[in-house]
Amino acid sequence: MKFSEQWLREWVNPANDTQALMDQITMAGLEVDGFEPVAGKFSGIVVGEVVSVSPHPDADKLRVCQVTDGAQTVQVVCGAPNVRDGLKVPFAVVGAVLPGDFKIKKAKLRGQPSEGMLCSESELGLSDSHDGLMELPDNAPVGQELSEFLKLNDVTIDVDLTPNRSDCLSIKGIAREVGVLNSLVVEGPEILPVEAMHSEVPAITVKDPEGCPRYLGRILRNVDLSIESPLWMQEKLRRSGIRSIDAAVDVTNYVMLELGQPLHAFDREEIEGGIVVRRATQGEKLVLLDGQEVELTPDTLVIADHAKPIAIAGVMGGEHSGVSERTRDLILEAAYFDPITLAGKARHYGLHTDASHRFERGVDYELARDAMERATALLMSIVGGEPGDIVEVVSKQDLPEDRTVDLRETRVADVLGLEIDRTTVEEILTRLGLHIDKLLKDGWRVHVPSFRPDISIEEDLIEEIGRIYGYNNLPVTEPTGSLGLRPQEEAVRPVSAIQNYFVACGYQEAITYSFVDPKVQGLVDPEREGIALANPISSDLSVMRTSLWSGLLKTVAYNQNRQQPRIRLFETGLRFIKDGDHIDQQPMLSGVVAGGQLPENWANGRRSADFFDVKGELEGLFQLLGIEVQFLASQHPALHPGQTAELIRDGEHVGWLGTLHPQVQKKLELNGTILMFELFLNSIVSGYVPNFKDISKFPEVRRDLAIIIGSDVGFADVERVAKKHAGEHLTALRAFDVYQGESLGEGNRSLALSLFWQHPERTLNEEEVHSLFNGVIDALREELGATLRS
Amino acid sequence: MENLDQLVQDGLAAVESADSLQALDQIRVEYLGKKGVITQQAKTLGKLSAEERPAAGQKINEAKGQVEQAINARRTDLERAAIEQKLASESIDVTLPGRGQDLGGLHPVTRTLQRIEQFFSRAGYTVEQGPEIEDDYHNFEALNIPGHHPARAMHDTFYFNPGTLLRTHTSPVQIRTMEDGKPPFRMICPGRVYRCDSDMTHTPMFHQVEGLLVEKDVSFADLKSTVEEFLRVFFERDLEVRFRPSYFPFTEPSAEVDIEWGREEDGSIKWLEVMGCGMVHPKVFEHCGIDAEEYRGFAFGLGVERLAMLRYGVNDLRMFFENDLRFLRQFR
Repeated sequence: MKFSEQWLREWVNPANDTQALMDQITMAGLEVDGFEPVAGKFSGIVVGEVVSVSPHPDADKLRVCQVTDGAQTVQVVCGAPNVRDGLKVPFAVVGAVLPGDFKIKKAKLRGQPSEGMLCSESELGLSDSHDGLMELPDNAPVGQELSEFLKLNDVTIDVDLTPNRSDCLSIKGIAREVGVLNSLVVEGPEILPVEAMHSEVPAITVKDPEGCPRYLGRILRNVDLSIESPLWMQEKLRRSGIRSIDAAVDVTNYVMLELGQPLHAFDREEIEGGIVVRRATQGEKLVLLDGQEVELTPDTLVIADHAKPIAIAGVMGGEHSGVSERTRDLILEAAYFDPITLAGKARHYGLHTDASHRFERGVDYELARDAMERATALLMSIVGGEPGDIVEVVSKQDLPEDRTVDLRETRVADVLGLEIDRTTVEEILTRLGLHIDKLLKDGWRVHVPSFRPDISIEEDLIEEIGRIYGYNNLPVTEPTGSLGLRPQEEAVRPVSAIQNYFVACGYQEAITYSFVDPKVQGLVDPEREGIALANPISSDLSVMRTSLWSGLLKTVAYNQNRQQPRIRLFETGLRFIKDGDHIDQQPMLSGVVAGGQLPENWANGRRSADFFDVKGELEGLFQLLGIEVQFLASQHPALHPGQTAELIRDGEHVGWLGTLHPQVQKKLELNGTILMFELFLNSIVSGYVPNFKDISKFPEVRRDLAIIIGSDVGFADVERVAKKHAGEHLTALRAFDVYQGESLGEGNRSLALSLFWQHPERTLNEEEVHSLFNGVIDALREELGATLRS
Repeated sequence: MENLDQLVQDGLAAVESADSLQALDQIRVEYLGKKGVITQQAKTLGKLSAEERPAAGQKINEAKGQVEQAINARRTDLERAAIEQKLASESIDVTLPGRGQDLGGLHPVTRTLQRIEQFFSRAGYTVEQGPEIEDDYHNFEALNIPGHHPARAMHDTFYFNPGTLLRTHTSPVQIRTMEDGKPPFRMICPGRVYRCDSDMTHTPMFHQVEGLLVEKDVSFADLKSTVEEFLRVFFERDLEVRFRPSYFPFTEPSAEVDIEWGREEDGSIKWLEVMGCGMVHPKVFEHCGIDAEEYRGFAFGLGVERLAMLRYGVNDLRMFFENDLRFLRQFR
């Protein structure tokens, strides 16, 4: 909400300056977002009067004017279309300085001397309006400083109100707060009932009392809307961020800003029969004041006449029933609309108005009559007219309940951590306009006024006390409660240990969006459909990721496009898969590697990372976690069919490792070989707690062998068979060479293995090792068709 | 015996000129070996009388000793020189870079999260996780934000359908934790949150940490100390902290927290909003089946990217999710 400081100070005028005032209300919870002087910085501008106007001899669009500043009359050349005899205007005399440090000097315009300048609003930094000269009222005193005449020593303060503080959406409300904070009495204009001058009243039917518990109407006859609202009113509106339209609209806006009650004025002539407050019927249409036609939905509360809707209640009036210069008779509306009924309605129609903003947050439900009287009086003073009586339709049972809230002194102390004495509490409550109905044994029964819909429980009152007392005046103490100790699972490694491992392996952690491009995801995970957002921010962020690869591969592309050939990234985070009615949200650990395995330098060479580099890093991770994971040759739609491993732990699938499929890589426009892995985080974080075994004192025996075996037989099979026949004292088995060559015959390769045996309690003798070794060789031959290489 | 002196002189000269261990050994054999010229002198002793023999023998021994000593000294020198030569040939350019992997790095958001988690873990808080696709109840209703509430407009929510959404804050994890457990509670829930908003200062995804403490006897004053200490530890500075009344539907009283961040031209403190906090609203306790008369609690929430930006001087929020390596590498 924007308001003029001067206007506020008419209601309550504390001794602090602008900055102190803004700090004060900010610290009371009305956060000042910013402030702006109401005019540009200028000097030497006075109220001038145009004495005469004559055409410029050499220019069609310019006029030669005689202008007086009260002391002397000078010649000024002016191009504004609205310059005329007798006009009072802001007059920049020679020596004046306009906003932007623009100095006014004696000049000649097309040969005619000009001593000074007549100004428009935009030239003075008052508005963006370029519609010719700013016209001052006829009674403006010639020669007076303009800033004095317009009281321009003022700022517009912009307060960012929280949604609970609807009571501060008016000068009156903010003044109340300022009064409380400074212990000052707040005084607004006196509001008296206007006496009726005729007996015509509007016919009002409220068909939806729940949505509209209170509706007031009054007829104001014979107004003259060709009369503009006075400058002081236009200025206050302008300084509060509202443009002047015409007197009727200006007055309703003015009263809304002043008291907080939105009002509306209808042209009586356009209303057929009478006013009906009801829900819209399906398919009803209404052209709004802003010119747009909307199709109303049946949950929308409307103001209608006997034939058609004429306004969306509490949001915006219709164009047809709106007032114009020709309007003779007005019907004024002041109502209380139920916030829940109005919630979201403006948004539904793509609107947000000053009225809807207030009604959605809750307007003072006892304010309508005062506001109506105030608006009537203001209108009459500007555009004349004869008021009738106010018709009020009210459904007491649908109005908010009259509330009392009990407040315990002990509870105030418990919640705020400070015992505040009773007088202080009572003073704060009273000054806020809350009435103490009754003193209770342990506190107070507080009556909540109609302008504070946000207060309904004890905590609401405690907050008020804390707020006015000052949060920063409350003590600072340490929480004293203690918690029982929690178990500390050693076998479960924290995710941070995994993250740190990858960092040590040269990986950079990435954080990519959880919603991804469906096109990329379709390449990476074609068999699953991502869960689509109903309102994505853009099409390339429109489905939830089913794999972290989509985001990581995009990141690879992003970096490759920025001359970063060597990329090692990992990410942890959820992936989302629809599983019937259930959404599976699993934490994943994923990585991508592209470019050289090691940073390029004199010693590292330039070898690109390959499958076994990344496999080795994953094996290191599994050692860190204390788990055993098998890598089985498998197939994945995004991965190279010959370079894909499925990762299995205790028979359970835990993830994938492989080379990105060259076709997918091409479609994503990525360079070089790309390795990728993705693991289910929850399936790998639990390992074991170490359990010490005796170290054997006896020597270890090593035997090497080389076999020729079919290329389709995996090392894992060789290992499995060898281990099965190597006896219980085999301590290790390693492949120390793999060779593939023509000499071995097509489809064959050679594998060189070392086997290690050690007995815990004695030295193994030659014969038993020999026999085990031969047993392994026999088994490899019989089960896998291996032959010994000579 | 003049001959012997001459032999010693010759021997010493030969030792002196020996330029390798091999040459030196030949000299040793030549002079002191079994058939060495000095050793051979002993054979002349037989021709001498018994009286003369001891003195002559001693002289020969002295001559041997003299040469032997010279050989040993020369050998030491030659050995040292050989080692020095070998070492010299083995010297390397120690200024060349080392071999192997470069270190990677954590994302600055993770780095910041870890510092936050460390602080609260030490203070006895558990770290809880929750789903990111949430239901309306946990994200809004249970937090005292019913369907018509104007505060919903402040959360630009991503929806899947009217009842399912991407969580707009990590507060639903508090609800889930309280639903599943029994008070007292001390917990934080870090994680990703989502708002349908994207411009210079907003990304559609960001990170929050929410904290919750529920005990029998806890007050706003306790909340103040927790928040103040955290901020001072996080920024490693004894900065000014102020609490400004604000509004969150799930806390009451509610406050926004500003920290001192430089000075205005006139010397007054420049305040910067960094957190929100408050006492748990009784409605929230009610939704979780906790008696608000028996227990009280406080909650706080902070934006991780905001703290990371302040801490590391990052000036563009969007960089956090571009994952440009040139950006990420600055935080390792």
